Amino acid sequence: MPPSLFIEQVLNGFQFGLMLFLLAAGLTLVLGIMDTINLAHGSLYMIGAYLTATLVGVTGSFWLAVLGAVLGTALIGMLLELSVLRQLYRRDHLSQVLATFALILIINEVVRMIWGSQPLLLSAPEALSGPVEILPGLYYPAFRLVIIGVGLLVALLLFWLVNRTRVGMWLRAGASNREMAQAMGVPIKPLFTLLFGVGAGLCAIAGAFLGPILAVQIGMGESILILAFVVIVIGGIGSIKGALVGALLVGLVDTAGRAFLPLLLSRVASPEVASNLGPALASILIYLLMAVVLFFRPQGLFPART
Amino acid sequence: MKKAVWLMVFLGLIGFSLALAQPRTVKVGFVSTLSGGGAALGIDVRDGFNLALRHLNNQLGGLPVEVIVADDQQNPDVARQAVDRMLKRDRVDFLTGIIFSNILLAVGDAIFEEKVFYISPNAGPSEYAGEQCNPYFVNVAWQNDNLHEAMGQYVQTRRFENVFLLAPNYPAGRDALTGFKRYFKGRVVAEVYHRLNQLDFSAEIAQIRAARPKAVYAFEPGAMGVNFIKQYAEAGLLREIPLFLPGFSADADVIRAVGRGMVGIYNSSQWTLELNNPINQRFVEDFRKTYNRIPTLYASQGYDTALLLDAAIKAVGGDLSKKDELRKAMLAGFNSTRGPVRFSPNGYPIQNYYLRQVIQQPGGEIVNRQVGTIFTNHRDAYVDRCKLR
Repeated sequence: MPPSLFIEQVLNGFQFGLMLFLLAAGLTLVLGIMDTINLAHGSLYMIGAYLTATLVGVTGSFWLAVLGAVLGTALIGMLLELSVLRQLYRRDHLSQVLATFALILIINEVVRMIWGSQPLLLSAPEALSGPVEILPGLYYPAFRLVIIGVGLLVALLLFWLVNRTRVGMWLRAGASNREMAQAMGVPIKPLFTLLFGVGAGLCAIAGAFLGPILAVQIGMGESILILAFVVIVIGGIGSIKGALVGALLVGLVDTAGRAFLPLLLSRVASPEVASNLGPALASILIYLLMAVVLFFRPQGLFPART
Repeated sequence: MKKAVWLMVFLGLIGFSLALAQPRTVKVGFVSTLSGGGAALGIDVRDGFNLALRHLNNQLGGLPVEVIVADDQQNPDVARQAVDRMLKRDRVDFLTGIIFSNILLAVGDAIFEEKVFYISPNAGPSEYAGEQCNPYFVNVAWQNDNLHEAMGQYVQTRRFENVFLLAPNYPAGRDALTGFKRYFKGRVVAEVYHRLNQLDFSAEIAQIRAARPKAVYAFEPGAMGVNFIKQYAEAGLLREIPLFLPGFSADADVIRAVGRGMVGIYNSSQWTLELNNPINQRFVEDFRKTYNRIPTLYASQGYDTALLLDAAIKAVGGDLSKKDELRKAMLAGFNSTRGPVRFSPNGYPIQNYYLRQVIQQPGGEIVNRQVGTIFTNHRDAYVDRCKLR
C-alpha cells in the first residue's frame, strides 16, 4: 500500500472522528453529569446544519452563517432544557428516552414544515472547494483540512474549559459525584442550562461543517447519533478525554474498514465473496470495536466515575 | 319482515343506479421515494406522471383516474405497509412509482400475488428479468444493467486500458457494474461497493487516487451522486482521471446541485431532451413551464408510465378485468417520449440508448446534450432465461 494512501485515509479518519467528537462531547457531559439520556441531541445537529444553510443564503458568508447557527442552536438548546428536559431529570431513563424520542419526531416535522422535505444545498466556501498539496504529490481537499483544524481548536478549547476554569471544575465535580457537588454549593440549575447550550452549540459546529460534505436533510441527526453513542460508550460516559479518544478511534476504524477491509479480503477470498462481504463487515466493524472495548473495560476507556 | 325485504330491494336499486351513473374509475397506487436523499428521483417521476395525467385530461384510456400517493421514505418496511394498504383497502388496479430496486424486491411478490400489475417507472432489477420474471410486471424505463452496458460500450470504444468501478451495495448497484463489465473488455482495477446512502466518499476517493486508474465509472443515484461528484472535484481528481457516469448520476437533479464541475462529463440515457418527436417536445416544453426546471430522465419515465397505461386501457376498451389482454396490449408497445417503444416477454423495453454530454449553453444554463447513439433496439441480457411468452 502506498504511504500517501495511508496518510490520506488517516486524515479522513481524523476528520470524521473530530466531528463525531463535537457531537459526543455534549452528549457525554449531559449523560455523565445530568444523568439524562438525550436522544434529541442529533436533532440539534440537524438544526445547526439547517440554520447554517439558511444563513449562508441570507448573509452570503459561510463563516458568519456558522457563527449565527452556533448561537441560534445554543439558544434553542437552552430553551429546550428550560422547557422540557428540566422536567425529566428526576425521572427514570425510560421516560427520558420516550420524551426525547418524541422530541426527535416533533423537531423533524417542524423542520419539514419550515424547510420542506427535500435536502437543502450547503456548499463549502468557494476558496476552500479545491485540493491543497500537503506533502509532495499528496493532495487533500482544503475544506476537510479546515474541518480538522476547527475540530482540534474546539477540542483544545473544551479541555481548557473543563480543566482550567471554575465552571469546568463544577462540571468535573458534577460528573464524578452529583449529590456531593450539589451539597458543596455548585449552582446546578444554571450550570445545566449553560451546559446544554454549550452542547447544542457544539452540535451546530458539527452540523455546519459536515453539512457541505454530507447533506442537510431531515433525519441526518439520527444516523450520526447512534455513532455518537458508540463513541461515548467506548470512551467512558462523562469523560471529555474519553469522548475524544473514542471519537478518533471510531473515525479511524470506520475509514480503515471501508478502505482496507475489502482489499484485505480480496487477497484471501474470491473477488465475488470479497465484494459481498467487505462492505457488510466494514459497516459492523465499529460495533465490533465497541463490543471488544466493553468486554475488557465495561466502564469504557476513561470512566469519569471510578 | 316483508317491509325489510322491500327496503333491501329498494336500497339495492339505489345502489345499482348509482353504479350505472358513475363510470368505472381506474385506481393507481403511486408508492415512491418522496423524502430524504432519493427524493429528487421520486418527485421527478411523480411530477412527470402528473403532467401526463393533465395532458390526458385526468383520464387513462377514457376512464377517470384516481391516484393514491404514498412516500416510502426509501425504507422497504414503510413501502410494504403502503403497498399492503393500497392492495387490501384501496383495491388499486395498478401500482407504480418505486424508485429503488431493493424496495421493489421487498414488495413485488405481494403485488403479483394479488394479480395487480406493477408498472415500474424506474427500478428494473435483474431478478425480475430472468427466471423470476412475472406476467404482472412491466418496466417502462429500462432493465438496471442497460444504461451501464451503454457506458461500458462507450468507454470500450474510447480504448481506456483500465477502469475503476464504484457503486452502492444493493441490487441495482450490482446490476450496474455487471452491466458495465458485460461490454467493457479492458482491465477492472477495482470494483468497490459502499453502503447505500453513504454520503462521505473520502475513503473511496483516496482509494481511487492510490489506484491511478485511466478512468472511473461510478453509479451513484440521487444525493449520493451529488456528493460523490462534488467530493471527486474537491479532491482535484476531475481534472486528472476522467469520470464516466450513467444518466442517473448526471441528470438535471445532480447538475443543479454540483454546478460547473459537471461540464464535459459523458453519460448514457434512454431518453434525451432533444429527441425529435411531438410527444417529447410537448413533454419537455410543458414540464419546464409547469415545474420551472429542466426535466430529467426520471421525469420522462413518469410521463411514459401514464402514457403506457393510457394506451393499454384504451386497447382493452376500459375493461380492467381482461388481465391477459391488458398485458398483451402493454407488451405490444406504445408511443412514448422516446418514440415507439415495445417490450420483451419479460416486460422490459427494447429501445435505443444514447450518449449525452453535459455542456454549458451560451446563456449559462448547464444541460445534457445528446451527442450520439450507443445501442439501437437493445434488449436486456436476461430475457432468454424468462419462460414467459
